[in-house]
Amino acid sequence: MTITALHVVDAYKTFFEDDDEQQRPWWRVWEKKARRLVTAVDHVSFSVKRGDIYGILGPNGSGKSTLIRLISTLLIPDSGKILVFGQDVQKDVLAVRQVMNRVSVDAAFFKKLSALENLNYAARLYGMDPVQARKRAGEIMVRMGLEAKKWGSPLENLSRGQQQKVAIARALMTSPRLILLDEPTTGLDPQSKRDVQDFILEVQSAQGATVILTSHDMAESERLCQQIAFIKDGKFVAEGTPTQLKTRYAAKDLEDVFFKVTGKNLKSDLEEVAE
Amino acid sequence: MSFVARQLSATYGFVERNWALTRRYIGWEVVWLVYGTVSTLTIGLIGADSQGLAGQERVLYLLIGALLWSYLSVLFQIMGETVAWERWEGTIEYTFMAPVHRFTYLSGQGLFAVTYGMIRTALILGITVLWFDLDMSHANLLGGFVVLAVASVSFLGLGLVAAVLPLLSPERGPQATHIIQGLLLLCSSVYYQVTVLPGWLQPFAKLNPATYALDAIRATWIGGVGLAEVWPAMVKLLLTGAVLVPIGLLIFQAGERYALRTGKLKRNG
Repeated sequence: MTITALHVVDAYKTFFEDDDEQQRPWWRVWEKKARRLVTAVDHVSFSVKRGDIYGILGPNGSGKSTLIRLISTLLIPDSGKILVFGQDVQKDVLAVRQVMNRVSVDAAFFKKLSALENLNYAARLYGMDPVQARKRAGEIMVRMGLEAKKWGSPLENLSRGQQQKVAIARALMTSPRLILLDEPTTGLDPQSKRDVQDFILEVQSAQGATVILTSHDMAESERLCQQIAFIKDGKFVAEGTPTQLKTRYAAKDLEDVFFKVTGKNLKSDLEEVAE
Repeated sequence: MSFVARQLSATYGFVERNWALTRRYIGWEVVWLVYGTVSTLTIGLIGADSQGLAGQERVLYLLIGALLWSYLSVLFQIMGETVAWERWEGTIEYTFMAPVHRFTYLSGQGLFAVTYGMIRTALILGITVLWFDLDMSHANLLGGFVVLAVASVSFLGLGLVAAVLPLLSPERGPQATHIIQGLLLLCSSVYYQVTVLPGWLQPFAKLNPATYALDAIRATWIGGVGLAEVWPAMVKLLLTGAVLVPIGLLIFQAGERYALRTGKLKRNG
């Protein structure tokens, strides 16, 4: 029987942004600021099977991270429903959070603390025995090539790639059933990128974990993902397996599909990220 | 443009930039004005207090006020930083998506704040007693700290309200916690009797847990009385705490929901 790990039904999210072109006079504090409505996620629906790696690809500002935040209970949708292993992210918040973890593009830590101190804190938040958690995190960090002598150093002294490996160890030591990876390899050197990708595949096969991956790296997405969706202006504009997508759009690779469905050149999009 | 003219233009550039930022946050400027006024009034009211305390008693009276001020600063700073610090480090989303009830999260912060504040207060008390060569042989020191611990429940309730401010305003919220602290101390007997406050402010002093905490601590440290004699103040402090903590938690949760709806939890606000 196929188990659905994630079920997103008609998710919709808007934000208000200050409209700088229509600023009120500064002294008229009683008047509301001029604001415009921005649609970040526009009636998105999709399902992910347990054990699959599902890629969400799209240009900058297309709504990828907002969608990840909606799934990870960090945003409340304006409408729609999101179920993680059958549990509603709005109603069963604590239960959903217990089975899920996330790695974001910027490894967020208490930078003055060491990797071990940060992991100890994370273990307590997830109700783990710190000794067991340390053992498990240690195994993961060794597996990803992070030397033990680095574990006690303040994280601010570690490179971005090393910090990201600690972030992955922190997320995976809790044995999440759903892992949200929001551009986890952006900015990593090729070797670190490869280490992380290998480990994601290992976790998928060994633990049967389900992974939602956002990425700018088309080769990475093709290597890792069973299913891929392209998002543009908050809407899903194409969905399928990498092979199906390439066939449907008569494209030689996923980068070509990216261009055809989003109308954007991946290279210029990446330059935008770098800026 | 000459070198001097360029430098003058650049100097004005900084003034112009800061003025633009001030205008953008004009609401907060009103808040700072209130805080500045409250602080100044507090000092003025010390002079207005005509109660004729003298010598060691006068020193100890003011010292206890200063200690409570310092203790509340620590408490509010830590509770206010609950969100602000995590936002600064970028860990806020990680912490907020952990499977932890918000009451647990805030209790942990509160427990640390009280323990840290108590130790710090005890150290400062020790140093100042030595400095002024005060005779504390008749003081019920432990009793005073018990009162402070009981009062902390109420202060934490208000601290929860302070903690929500950085959620609502990432830029100015953390500093705004000083406002709550300032108002709390103005309407209490921090450095003067509440009788020197204007009549319209005195009812606020009666609702203020800091008033009861200060009176009870002074009674134990200056008067040397036992806890049995300050129990009415303790009961009032406990009752205030029982009301303020749930209210503070509800306000924090409402603030969190607002942040989750509007996206203000995000690192850069």
